[in-house]
This record gives sequence, structure tokens and C-alpha cells, in this order.
Amino acid sequence: MSGAPKKRLEVEELGDIAVVSFIDKKILDEQNIQLIGEQLFSLVDNDKKKKIVLDFSNVDYLSSAALGKIIALNNKVKKEGGKLVLCKIKDDIKEVFTITRLDKLIKIVDDQQTALQAAS
Amino acid sequence: MSLNRISVAIYLTGKHIDGGPRNMTDSAQNPSAFEPVDVVIASDPALAREVQDRIEELLSKTDASERDIFCIKLALEEGLVNAIKHGNQMDPEKSVTIRYHVQKLSFEIRITDQGPGFDPDDLPDPTAIENLERPCGRGVMLMRHYMSDIEYYPPGNSMRMRRDFKPKQA
Repeated sequence: MSGAPKKRLEVEELGDIAVVSFIDKKILDEQNIQLIGEQLFSLVDNDKKKKIVLDFSNVDYLSSAALGKIIALNNKVKKEGGKLVLCKIKDDIKEVFTITRLDKLIKIVDDQQTALQAAS
Repeated sequence: MSLNRISVAIYLTGKHIDGGPRNMTDSAQNPSAFEPVDVVIASDPALAREVQDRIEELLSKTDASERDIFCIKLALEEGLVNAIKHGNQMDPEKSVTIRYHVQKLSFEIRITDQGPGFDPDDLPDPTAIENLERPCGRGVMLMRHYMSDIEYYPPGNSMRMRRDFKPKQA
């Protein structure tokens, strides 16, 4: 692989909240997940974002490795005293969060407006 | 179930074709025929992706619903990543042996890596409160949830999983 790493996330700043959308429909590929993780962590480590909303509306598939990155991001945000909120998750994907009980760990809401309120 | 026994027997008689590291060999001459397929791949996620794409193509010719395909794709990803990453530790000299059988009403796969294996019953429960923040250890749980049947063979470097489909209404 050469050149700059491909952008895997779309980030919009709404006040002090970073609203992050996934570009990929499938968050499965190991290399992609690695990049997504790096770009997510960089929001906290480099851009000093503490309030993050993750918009899943594009996402059709995700693996346990992707869940791992989201958990790590949640741990990071919590450590900084911030908030991570997930929104617009399709039913099939929401089930993944429910069966792994990650819905008990991470705040999940239906729409972006509610997510913004929950993050602020 | 006698039907299951028959399909497993056919499945196990599949010819094993060994491809060297970095190559992928595949006994599927005709992807539209629902024959058992043997594949050996090097520990490379890109090669696993090719196998997944082939399986997805075959599934589209079965009675598998969108939900079935979602479940299989997710479980396949977990099974192959476990074999390549955790079993073979991404060692390019080690391979993963795959046998899959797509049929009109079922999908079955056996995945064997060259790692030391593990005890699937000895994994920490990822849903326990004290483990929720751990970023790893959910793959086996997801496979168990999304497949009808899953079995590990000692020493744990080989597993078989299956999902049955409901016949589509004519």
C-alpha cells in the first residue's frame, strides 16, 4: 500500500460535537477496521474531541473487530470525561450490539438529533 | 437427523486440494452446482475475502433469505478472521483449510487453521459486566448466535458451522 491512507470517515463539527459518519457499508475488512480505528482515535488524541456522535446510517455489516474499535473509542472518550453516542443503526446491526450487550455500555439512540442532545 | 448425516458424509468426502502459501486453489469448477468445495488459502485476509465472495455468489442461488445471508456473512468473517489472525497469527507460511457446502436449504463450512487451538468453552463471557469494556472476544459468541449449529474439534483449531434456510414460497 502506498500514499496517504484512504479516508474512511466523514466528520462534521457541530459546536463541540464531532458527528462522524462511516463511508463504508461493510466494516469488515481488517485493514479498513485498522484505518477506521486510527481515524476514530485521532479525533480524541489529536483533535481533542470529547463528544462524539457516530452515525451508522451507511453501515450494513460489521464484525467483532469493528466492535472492538468502537469499545476502545468509548473507553478513550470516557477517560477524557467525554461522551460517545451511536445513532441511526439499522436493525440487523443493532442486534449485534444487543446480543453482545454493548447497548448497556454505549449510548445508542435512533436519530441524530437525539444523539446530539445526548452527547452535549 | 438423518438428512444432516447424509449431507455431512458427502461433505467429508470432498477432495482435498492443497495450494501452497500465497496461492488459492478451489475445486469449484461450476459455481452453480451445489457441490462441496475444498479450498486452502495462505493466512491472508484478501484471500479469505475471495472465498467469502464466492460463497455469497453461491448463496444468492439458494433459498437463503437476506437475513440468512447477513448471518452467514457475519459468521464467516468471524470464523476466517479467527483462523488467520488468532489461529495462524497471520503467519504467511501457515494456511487455512476450508471446506464449504452451499445447498439449496443450507450452508455448512469447516475451517481449520494451523495454530495450537483453544478451548471455546473457556472463553471469558464478553457480556459479563466486567468484560464489557474489553475490545476482544466476541467473535465466537457472534458465530454461535448467527449460525444454527457450531462445533469445535480438539484441540480447537478446527470448527464447523451450519445454517439452515426455510424453503422459499413458490
